[in-house]
Amino acid sequence: MIEVRNVSKSFGGQTILRDISATFHPGKMNFIIGRSGSGKSVLTKCIVGLHRPDVGTVSYNGREFTSMNRDGKKDIRKEIGMLFQGSALFDSMTVLDNVLFPLRMFQEAPLGELRERAMFCLERVELPDAGDKYPSELSGGMQKRVGIARAIAMNPRYLFCDEPNSGLDPQTSIVIDNLISDLTQEFNMTTVVVSHDMNSVMEASDFVHFVHEGGIAWHGSSDDLLRGGHPALDEFLFASKLMRKLRESTRP
Amino acid sequence: MGLFFHIGRYTSFLGNVLRRPEKGSVFRALVLDEMNSIGIQSLGIVALLSVFMGAVICIQTAHQIGGWIPVYTIGFTVRQTMILEFSPTLIPVILAGKVGSNIASQLGTMRVTEQIDALEIMGINSANYLVLPKMIAALACIPFLVILSMGLGIGAGMWVGVSTGVSSVADFEYGMQIDFNAFDVTYALVKTCVFALIISSVSAYHGYHTSGGALEVGRSSTKAVVYAVVIVMVTNLLLTQMLLG
Repeated sequence: MIEVRNVSKSFGGQTILRDISATFHPGKMNFIIGRSGSGKSVLTKCIVGLHRPDVGTVSYNGREFTSMNRDGKKDIRKEIGMLFQGSALFDSMTVLDNVLFPLRMFQEAPLGELRERAMFCLERVELPDAGDKYPSELSGGMQKRVGIARAIAMNPRYLFCDEPNSGLDPQTSIVIDNLISDLTQEFNMTTVVVSHDMNSVMEASDFVHFVHEGGIAWHGSSDDLLRGGHPALDEFLFASKLMRKLRESTRP
Repeated sequence: MGLFFHIGRYTSFLGNVLRRPEKGSVFRALVLDEMNSIGIQSLGIVALLSVFMGAVICIQTAHQIGGWIPVYTIGFTVRQTMILEFSPTLIPVILAGKVGSNIASQLGTMRVTEQIDALEIMGINSANYLVLPKMIAALACIPFLVILSMGLGIGAGMWVGVSTGVSSVADFEYGMQIDFNAFDVTYALVKTCVFALIISSVSAYHGYHTSGGALEVGRSSTKAVVYAVVIVMVTNLLLTQMLLG
């Protein structure tokens, strides 16, 4: 479980996050949604420690992360996997080397065993034959899958996905969503997905946190999402014609 | 942003770079890769420039002397120019352009494509992992390139001097040996080592702290070269005064 308590963050006098508190559950798909510029990416970066919150704390299973020293943070980060918006694969390495990378850095097992583990991860994301290719030779969807394979290589307890569907067609998006969802249950990970893609939210989320103007304006289960309850959330959810039609068709 | 901001951030950056590497075997492989990139791949440009500079210094010196100035001055001047200034200062300046821009653009691209964030998320000290191998490779390779440059420049000067008839082999060799002070080579290598650290760390600093997109990567690369060259020049003056003044 990840607990965020009263986190605030400003950049150059501009407040991005205001007193945010949230809980992310293990074995579940926890979504952070919101408009572009609402602060959801900054919140994620505060949670994983890429930004230091001005105020507030982040705890991983009761271990207070924000005030830890470098070594303490390192131990927790070994339990974190992250899929970046642009995949962030190392372009000088092959796909197999990308997945092998965290294993080589932190595990002392023979290279053969590490390669087996990396191949297992590539097979798990259905890319068993892509090992010798370079990231630039792959499509956007395949790069995301390699990113997922690298993120799960170390058997993480926490998985963060920043806009996993950006730049993907709807069908590939669903493949990626389902893959993340399956892996979450399979490894009982606490998965946090940052997204503004409503298809993805409806398809894969268990819990949703809606970020608006730097604060959590609404949170609840995905079943409650369409009932709304906050004007900004309604505006966000039903921005598209498709969602408005869906709302009208489900009204009694 | 102010000078003191950059000095503070550069110092903090070096504090992160100069730590024990995460894994020795990975680190050694990275250093070898960087030695290839910084050293071996710079051999051609260093050799070319050194040969032509040595030859030009020889012809210019021959043009200046006459009458009562002895011919062996040509060999003396070529040797002194190559050892004291051209090889230890101008070769690093040229490498600041070639190697420095490469380091800055590589790290800048890694920053804007979130590859550096990916390293940090994995629990890896990204500054140490990415920059320390470059600094060590620069420190190991650039002095060798400078020694090679000295040899090639003097050799080319001698060849041009003899083949154009402005000096005999004996005169040139005599000029090369006269009043030789071994400390000049020490001075040159001390300068070179300091410049190697400046080029690699200053360009890495600019690349590592890139923010934005492709345009900023280009700007960081340009800034890296300009700052590295300016700092090399200022340090050159200070070191020369300290060691020879």
